[in-house]
Amino acid sequence: MTITLFIPCFIDLLYPRVGISLVNIFEKLGHQVVVPEGAACCGQPAFNSGYWDEARPTAMKVLAQLKDADAVVIPSGSCGAMVKVFYPELFANTPQAAAAKILAAKTFEFSDFLVNRLGVTDLGAEFPHKVTFHDGCHGLRELNNKRPARALLAKVRGLELVEMATETCCGFGGTFSAKFPAISTAMAEEKCARALATKADYIVSCDSSCLMQIQGLANRQGQPIKTIHLAEILARA
Amino acid sequence: MTTPAAQFKTDARRVAPDLRHRDIIQTAMGKYETVRDQRKSGFQDWQAARELAARTKFQAVNHLDQYLAEFARKLEARGTKVHWASTDAQAREIIFSILRQKNARVIVKSKTMTSEEIHLNSAMVKAGYEVVESDLGEFIVQLREEAPYHLVFPSMHLTRGEIKDLFAEKLHDAPSDNPEDLTMVARRVLRKKYLQADVGITGANFAVAETGMVSITENEGNARLTAALPKTMITLIGIEKILPRLADLGLFLPMLAVMGAGQALTCYNTMYGGPRQPGEGDGPEEFHVVLLDNRRSALLADAEQRDTLGCIRCGACLNVCPIFRNVGGHTYATTYGGPIGSVLTPHLRGLAQWKHLSDASSLCGACTETCPIKIDLHHHLLQNRRNGARVKPGWFQKIAFKLYAPIANKPALWSLATKLARVGQIFQKPVIGTAFDPAAAWTKTRDLPPVARQSFREWWRERK
Repeated sequence: MTITLFIPCFIDLLYPRVGISLVNIFEKLGHQVVVPEGAACCGQPAFNSGYWDEARPTAMKVLAQLKDADAVVIPSGSCGAMVKVFYPELFANTPQAAAAKILAAKTFEFSDFLVNRLGVTDLGAEFPHKVTFHDGCHGLRELNNKRPARALLAKVRGLELVEMATETCCGFGGTFSAKFPAISTAMAEEKCARALATKADYIVSCDSSCLMQIQGLANRQGQPIKTIHLAEILARA
Repeated sequence: MTTPAAQFKTDARRVAPDLRHRDIIQTAMGKYETVRDQRKSGFQDWQAARELAARTKFQAVNHLDQYLAEFARKLEARGTKVHWASTDAQAREIIFSILRQKNARVIVKSKTMTSEEIHLNSAMVKAGYEVVESDLGEFIVQLREEAPYHLVFPSMHLTRGEIKDLFAEKLHDAPSDNPEDLTMVARRVLRKKYLQADVGITGANFAVAETGMVSITENEGNARLTAALPKTMITLIGIEKILPRLADLGLFLPMLAVMGAGQALTCYNTMYGGPRQPGEGDGPEEFHVVLLDNRRSALLADAEQRDTLGCIRCGACLNVCPIFRNVGGHTYATTYGGPIGSVLTPHLRGLAQWKHLSDASSLCGACTETCPIKIDLHHHLLQNRRNGARVKPGWFQKIAFKLYAPIANKPALWSLATKLARVGQIFQKPVIGTAFDPAAAWTKTRDLPPVARQSFREWWRERK
C-alpha cells in the first residue's frame, strides 16, 4: 500500500533519524512511502495553549495536504492524538468537520499502525540492550496505545524490557515545559529516577518530544541513561 | 498586589525543587497507591462501578431541582430547618444568624471543605467566636493557622516531628512524636470542647434525596461527637452533593473510602435525618441544613463541564497528579487543589484570575484515568485554556502562533527556518541557560538537542 508519512516539525529538525527509520521500515515491508512536504506542524502547540482560532489555519493546511492519502502514519503519540482525537473537536461545527473526521479515521500512530493495521510485530531487528519503555501520555491515554510497542519490543533480538514501577508523565507537556520550567523539571527528575531504578541502558518511547525532555535533563545532570525512539530500534535489522 | 498567577509561579518555583517536600509527598502517595489498588481489586468490576457512579451522579445533577426539593421536603418533615444560600456571603449570614439566636460562644466543627470555600472559620473568629476543628488533620492545620494542604489529608505535608513541636508550642503538651501519643493530646483538648460547644458545624459527603438524609463518613468519630453533643447542629452542603436514592450509598461509600484513603469502608458512617425526635436519647435539639449554590448552578449551565458537579471530593485526582505532587497543596492558593481544583476554581472565582491553573498542567490525563466518577478533568483543563485565551489572551502567544502556521507548513519558509535555527544555535552557545538565552526557560535546567545537520526533509529531497 501507499503510506503517507506525517513527520512532525521537531522530528524533522532535531530527530531526522526517526523519520528515516520509518521510511526504511515501510519500504522494507514492500510499501510505497510518500511524504507531503507541506505538512510539518499539526497545530498542537497553539491548540493545547488554548489558541484554537490560531491552530485552525495550521491544521487546515494539514487537512489539505493529507486529503488524498490512504493511510497516514505519525511517529508520535502526541501529534497522532492531535490529528486522531482533537482535529474532530477543533473543527466541530466548521465546514472542515467532515474532512477532519475522515483524516482522523485514516491516521495512525506508528506502533499502532505496524501491529494493528499491518499485523507486523517481528521486523528482524536486533538491539542487545536492557531497555525500559516510556509511555507518552497522549499515546497512553488519548490513543489507548500501550500494547503495540511492547509487542514490537518483544520480538527484537537481544532486547530485555524492564518496566518502570508506575506510569508517570515526563513533564514535557509542550509549552508547559517553558511556562512552568520548575514543575516540568521536577517531573523529569522523577521520571529519570524511575528509569534509572530499572538499571536500563536505554529509555525507549514512541514520542521524541518526551525523550527530548528526559535526555535533556539526564545530560545536564550527568545521568547515565540514553534515549531512543522505537522506530530507530526497529530499523536496526 | 501580586496576582494569583504570579504568586502560583513564585510558590511553584520554591516548592518544586524542594527535595524534602518531594520525599514526604512521594512516600505518602506511594503507600496510598498500594492500598488503593488492593481495595480496588475488591470490586468485581471497577470500570463498571465507575460507569454506574458517573451515570448516577449525572442523573442527580441533571435533575438537581427535583432532587433538592425532595431532599429538603423530607428533612423538613422531621423538623429540620433547611436554608438556601445563593452566595458564600449569604451562607455565612445564615450561619451567623443561627449562632446569634443561640447565643453561641464556642463552636466545634468537623471536616468540611465547603466551609473553607466560604471562609467560615476566619469570619467566625473575626466575629469573636471560639472555633475548634475536631478532625485531627484539620485541628493541626488550624493550630498552624494555615489552610488544609489536601482535600482529604489536611496535614499530610507535616512530619510527626513537626506536629510534636507544634503541640509543644501551642498546647504545651507533647510527650513524644509517637502518633498515638499525639492523638491522645488532641483528644484531651477536643473532648473538653465538645462538652463546651454550643453549636456543632459539619459538612456532608452525600445528601440522599429519597430519604432526606445527610451522610457523613469519617475515621475518627469526631463528626459524630460534633453532631451529637452540642444542642444545635448546622450542616453545610454544596448542592451538588445530592444522590437520588439511599441504595446509591452502597456504591458511593465504598468508592469514596477506596479512592479517598485506600480503605474498604471508612470507620464511621452516619446518616442524619433530623434533630432529636420524641423518645430519642441523643442528638441535637435543633438541626439546620444550609444548602450552598455559590456558582454551582452556573457550572450546571455549562454543558461541556457539567460533569464536574459529580465530584465526590475523594482527592484521588490530587494523589496521582504529578503537578500536585511537585508543587504541593498550598501553592494552588485555592480551596480545592489539584486537578479538580484547577478545573473548578475558574468557575467559582473567575476565569481571568485563575486560568493559570489550567496552564499549569502537562495534560497527562492521570486525573481523568483515576477519577471514580469519570469526570473528564484534563479535557476540561484544555477547554478552560481555550476559554481563557478568549477572555484574556496573551498577545505574544497569539501572534507567535499566528506566525508559526504559515512558516511550518510552507516548505520554502520551513527550509529557511531550519537554516536559521542552525545559525541561531551557534549564537546561543555562549549565553545558554542565562538571561540572554531566548530559550532559557528550557536550557536553565535541561540541554537542548542540536539541530540536525541534515533535516528529515533535506534528506528526503536529496534522496528523491
